[in-house]
Amino acid sequence: MLRRRLNRLLGGDERRVDSRTIYVGHRSSSPGEPIIKFCDNRIVSSKYTVWNFLPKNLFEQFRRIANFYFLIIFLVQVIVDTPTSPVTSGLPLFFVITVTAIKQGYEDWLRHKADNEVNKYPVTVLEQGERTRKDSEKIKVGDVVEVEEDETFPCDLILLQSSRDDGTCYVTTASLDGESNHKTHYTVSDTEKDLETLNATIECEQPQPDLYKFVGRMHIYKNDQEPVVRSLGPENLLLKGATLKNTQRIYGVALYTGMETKMALNYQGKSQKRSAVEKSINAFLLVYLCILVSKALVCTILKYVWQSRPGQDEPWYNEKTQRDKETNLYLKMFTDFLSFMVLFNFIIPVSMYVTVEMQKFLGSFFITWDKDFFDPEIKEGALVNTSDLNEELGQVEYVFTDKTGTLTQNNMEFIECCIDGFQYKYRDASSELDGFCVADGPVNKVQEKAGRAKEELFLRALCLCHTVQVKEPTEQGPVDGLMDQVDAGVPHPPQEQRGFIASSPDEVALVKGAMRYGFTFLGLESRNMKILNRNNDVEMYELLHVLTFDPVRRRMSVIVRSNSGDTLLFCKGADSSIFPRVRQEEVERIRMHVERNATEGYRTLCVAYKYLSAEEFAQADAGLMEARLALQNREEKLLAVYNQVETDMSLIGATAVEDRLQEEAAETMEALQGAGIKVWVLTGDKMETAKSTCYACRLFQRSTELLELTVRTLEDGGRKREERLHELLLEYHKKAVQDAPPLKGGITRTWSSETQDYGFIIDGATLSMVLNSSSESNSSRYKSLFLQICQNCTSVLCCRMAPLQKAQIVKMVKNSKGNPITLSIGDGANDVSMILEAHVGIGIKGKEGRQAVRNSDYAIPKLKHLKKLLLAHGHLYYVRIAHLVQYFFYKNLCFILPQFLYQFFCGYSQQPLYDAAYLTMYNICFTSMPILAYSLLEQHICIEVLLDNAALYREIAKNGMLRWRPFLYWTLLGVFHGLLFFFGVRYLFSNPALQDNGQVFGNWSYGTIVFTILVFTVTLKLALDTRHWTWINHFVIWGSLLFYVFFSFFWGGIIWPFLKQQRLYFVFANMLSSVSAWLVIILLILLSLLPEILLVVFRKPRGPNSRQPVESNAGGHQSPRSTAQPLLMKTFSDESNTVI
Amino acid sequence: MAKQAPDFANRPDNTAFTQQRLPAWQPMLSAGIVIPGFVLIGLAFIGIGVALLVTSQSIQVFEMDYTGVGNNHPCFHCSDPKPKPCVCKLNFTIDFFLKGPVFFYYGLSNYFQNYRKYSVSKDDDQLSGNLKNFESPSDTCSPYQRDNNKPIVPCGSIANSMFNDTFKLYQNVNATMKPVNFDGKGIAWWTDYNIKYRNPDTTPLRNAFNNTVKPIFWPVPAYELDPKDPANNGFINQNFLVWMRTAALPDFRKLYARINDPPYAEGLPAGSYMLEIQYNYPVLAFGGTKKVVFSNVSWMGGKNDFLGIAYLVIGTLCVLMSIVMLIVYAKFKFPEED
Repeated sequence: MLRRRLNRLLGGDERRVDSRTIYVGHRSSSPGEPIIKFCDNRIVSSKYTVWNFLPKNLFEQFRRIANFYFLIIFLVQVIVDTPTSPVTSGLPLFFVITVTAIKQGYEDWLRHKADNEVNKYPVTVLEQGERTRKDSEKIKVGDVVEVEEDETFPCDLILLQSSRDDGTCYVTTASLDGESNHKTHYTVSDTEKDLETLNATIECEQPQPDLYKFVGRMHIYKNDQEPVVRSLGPENLLLKGATLKNTQRIYGVALYTGMETKMALNYQGKSQKRSAVEKSINAFLLVYLCILVSKALVCTILKYVWQSRPGQDEPWYNEKTQRDKETNLYLKMFTDFLSFMVLFNFIIPVSMYVTVEMQKFLGSFFITWDKDFFDPEIKEGALVNTSDLNEELGQVEYVFTDKTGTLTQNNMEFIECCIDGFQYKYRDASSELDGFCVADGPVNKVQEKAGRAKEELFLRALCLCHTVQVKEPTEQGPVDGLMDQVDAGVPHPPQEQRGFIASSPDEVALVKGAMRYGFTFLGLESRNMKILNRNNDVEMYELLHVLTFDPVRRRMSVIVRSNSGDTLLFCKGADSSIFPRVRQEEVERIRMHVERNATEGYRTLCVAYKYLSAEEFAQADAGLMEARLALQNREEKLLAVYNQVETDMSLIGATAVEDRLQEEAAETMEALQGAGIKVWVLTGDKMETAKSTCYACRLFQRSTELLELTVRTLEDGGRKREERLHELLLEYHKKAVQDAPPLKGGITRTWSSETQDYGFIIDGATLSMVLNSSSESNSSRYKSLFLQICQNCTSVLCCRMAPLQKAQIVKMVKNSKGNPITLSIGDGANDVSMILEAHVGIGIKGKEGRQAVRNSDYAIPKLKHLKKLLLAHGHLYYVRIAHLVQYFFYKNLCFILPQFLYQFFCGYSQQPLYDAAYLTMYNICFTSMPILAYSLLEQHICIEVLLDNAALYREIAKNGMLRWRPFLYWTLLGVFHGLLFFFGVRYLFSNPALQDNGQVFGNWSYGTIVFTILVFTVTLKLALDTRHWTWINHFVIWGSLLFYVFFSFFWGGIIWPFLKQQRLYFVFANMLSSVSAWLVIILLILLSLLPEILLVVFRKPRGPNSRQPVESNAGGHQSPRSTAQPLLMKTFSDESNTVI
Repeated sequence: MAKQAPDFANRPDNTAFTQQRLPAWQPMLSAGIVIPGFVLIGLAFIGIGVALLVTSQSIQVFEMDYTGVGNNHPCFHCSDPKPKPCVCKLNFTIDFFLKGPVFFYYGLSNYFQNYRKYSVSKDDDQLSGNLKNFESPSDTCSPYQRDNNKPIVPCGSIANSMFNDTFKLYQNVNATMKPVNFDGKGIAWWTDYNIKYRNPDTTPLRNAFNNTVKPIFWPVPAYELDPKDPANNGFINQNFLVWMRTAALPDFRKLYARINDPPYAEGLPAGSYMLEIQYNYPVLAFGGTKKVVFSNVSWMGGKNDFLGIAYLVIGTLCVLMSIVMLIVYAKFKFPEED
């Protein structure tokens, strides 16, 4: 929406240019140049204004097909002479439209308020050397803006001057991406002198939404000198929405304003996900629409057939009006058809939409409210971002889970390291923190193995090669907002004086690890890194370059200059990316340790270094500078330089960091599998690590036969990869699909011990071979083979996945045969793509920022909450909404069917059976509350049982309650009831003298008796279905019936001046004075419900078991092995680093 | 510890409602409840059914069609719509003592009083005595809204087509015709003639009808409907009210009179009678029939076997089902009680 609007704004010549030029402080170097107008700094997130609210909102509402349908019905009623007054359909429609408009209007008012708050925020702008205050919305591109500490930036700024000496400022982007760590941004060098005289232009790219990408160039003109060119990168750009921290004041030049800021560009409505239930509703609607049209058609045809018989068209007692006689026959037929449509239109009730929406909206509160989802650690509960998908949680067939932070805690602890081939195990981590400083004791022996020089080099490397910041001590008065933003994973802050802030927990773990061995990182001061070494001396290293981490290289480096003048490069990264870049003889000594650590479940990193000679450094420096200045392809150029610099290093050692399994990860996974859900682990991690996680989570059992399709197995045969892939795919397919016993109905299969379980492992490289095979025909064949294998495996592990590949896999499964419902769960930015792709996206409120949470449909604090979310909440929501939908169709079918049947007895004249008040109120008042209460409170099986007995989840799998069979059942029930109501009363009325005074009843009595039976039957039918009677259920069910009785008395007890015809005057009271009417009401209600009761009783033998906790093979046995023995690992993979 | 409190500010409320743990009654329809329940319901239904059927059977009905089809029917000469008025005399014999109070109904068939355009063709405001609607009747009355530009009162198709056959009953006692009095009161709903339908306050009533015309098919204006009883005229004439309450089905009967004047208050003795019919109402044109019904009523109203039979059938079914269930559960040894 905003994007489209923006594109329109951008239209014209600006769009063709791919960069923009900004004159800092509006001082143009060449006055003749035309000044390009940029958009102002107003943020508009609201949809409406006071003037366009009504038309625009109405237009949007009537774009919904249901509303449009009701509008048409209403218009037909207004225009054509129809049996019911327009009020009967106009009133509910008006109600729905008004309520929606009020809700949307209120939301928009809130947005207006928020917009205003932002737009009217006073900011200080430097104009002609003077500080002036103006509203934030008045900022123009090129203005120099002053921002003080703890203020948020009013637009995207280029940092020109900071109050800190080192030309840096600190910023948190918590409101943008949820990362609460402080990020350092740098001023552009040469600008910090005097802003008033600064004459510079900035050339930069057009606005784009990526928060972490920015390229630009600044030309600084000094008197009579060649202009100086400085490169600008994301580190110079202060984003609107971020907050200035730890810095008193900065000045910056406005670069992107208003709707062109990166924050505004990132603000976009998420794509609407539609649930399977909604698709079912639409299908049922279609059926009912067909029923409606065919009813109207049948009636119209029969009417004209009947009228063609002599004497029936116009009996003398019922002469037609002049107008009727003159109307064209076909026009009459058409209006008759429309009249019948109007008469029967209640079969598709407007209230169903309202009730479904309300149920979803209110129902989602139960997730937010659930205290089981409250995590005392982060002090937050579950979050519902969309309530549209509640019931989808009960339908999940595939769960795609991320590993790090999801299956594992992402709470890193330094376990051991290996220096030069010797293992250093740090024991007793918690008690003796400083005990390692002096090399003595038994540990000392181990330590001695590698020689002191190597050790210290290794530890210095750990201390220097990172991007960790030290949390500043709180000495400068009350600096709030700082304390609480320390790395949340610090388990025992009191002992560790120092707080470290880093985007990746691995880095903190490593720095802390080094600290235990005596090397403490003190912080970065004006590009000097300070280290406290074992002898308590402070060592200073000048930080020359940081070769930042990226998921492709899987490593990062720093170039530092020591006091002695040596230039060193330290590099750390995944083994696979380090080993080829170091001398091979060193590798062999370390590889063993790395592999052993990996299989034990640790995340391993290798550390290497290299001395840079003066020339080498000069070359690298120049290369880096040049690449950083580049406006185009900056990333590629940087990458090339990085790769060139990071060669010929010497390997010094490796580290092992432990990442614990999430609490109850194994139980959760087991429960999911017991529920018939297939769990796929999609991770960027390497295979060994991921595999051991899978074993620890019991996704793979000891008995599971693993089918491996990775680069390693492909290279085994020594043949071409493609051939081998083909061969393996066929072999696995034979094993898992063809030889497997035929499954009964997909997931209804039990994972009993007799059937062989298969686990499937594939890695990213192989996956892309499968998906993008060289020949087109192979590609689709491989894909289907791959899918079939995967679908027959209990669990699938996909490792070494790029984020996009994760989404690809989800998409592939989502679109496979049967369109299974998929769920993705993850915590990091790299999971966002798959969270958005899956039917249901779940974010874990983990440590890797908040991007996953923001993009998810539901967010939970821990993985273990998934079990209750799916097995209890999802199951209940599905049962509730499915019943709600079926019940709604049923109750309207048996509402309208008697009216249809009545047409056969009234000469097809569209005579309504019920009074207009009953027609209108039936869905709004008499029968709406009980089903709403049911759909919010029903627990057909109590929550504990659902949790204990995961297999129950399978009973509702594959949209079990909304398939055609149950729909047919409900429809037949509706037809049965409708027939019963109508003909039961019809036979009673074969003698309309029903009172003991011999007086007779008329047609409105007839309708009222039918209606009374109807209201009682459908309400009692719901009461029969209710398994969980809270006081609310009692209140609304009995209350509705009472209300009906009182309303009928009231409605019939008064001559209503606004009614043209007092049809129901005392009809209800007279009805109750007739014993026969009472008897027929009781008889028909009971007769309608008897089959239902019988069915419940005969179905019973299965019933009670499911309500009691039963030990089942799925979730019953809980072996003690799980959280205690976790040790899962991960290398320095893409997953750990969210600063992309 | 008090300090802990803010930590849990976000903690969801721990109430039974928010945690979906409201105390709940969880009814289980077990065989132990259902089988006795079915037996009880079945027995009760059978009891009611028997009572209904016995009552219904005890109601005496004497019906006669007088449409006048067939040459030898005494009303045949009247069925031809041409000559009016036409009187036909129907002689009949009642073989049994028709216990009183006897209700006298007329019945019409294939007559669609529930036809939509017909059933709305009246003006309730006019009928409640609103003089404004005397001058300008509602549009719904069309095509019987105005006649020669004069408003029709009461307007509309229903009023216009009011049933206007009249009946006189005589008992043939030793060849002398002894009249049996019809009481035309108490045949319409109390609320209809006391509240819903009102004559204008004008006295005499006929003045209110100045500048209006009577419905086209009516022989007399509304204020002269009952020449004997001036209080039974205008819109609260009870035969008019009965007619205005439109019937539910095309075959219907309406109450014409009660026989509750002595000596017939106890009932009509067996014997021969003569019904003198002023035959005005044409029904053959639309294929309808007319009939008269003498009937007494019980607490359940007129004779109708349907309810009794239905109750008996359902009651029997219930008992049968409970026996079947008992057998089924005996075989499965009440699995839910294990």
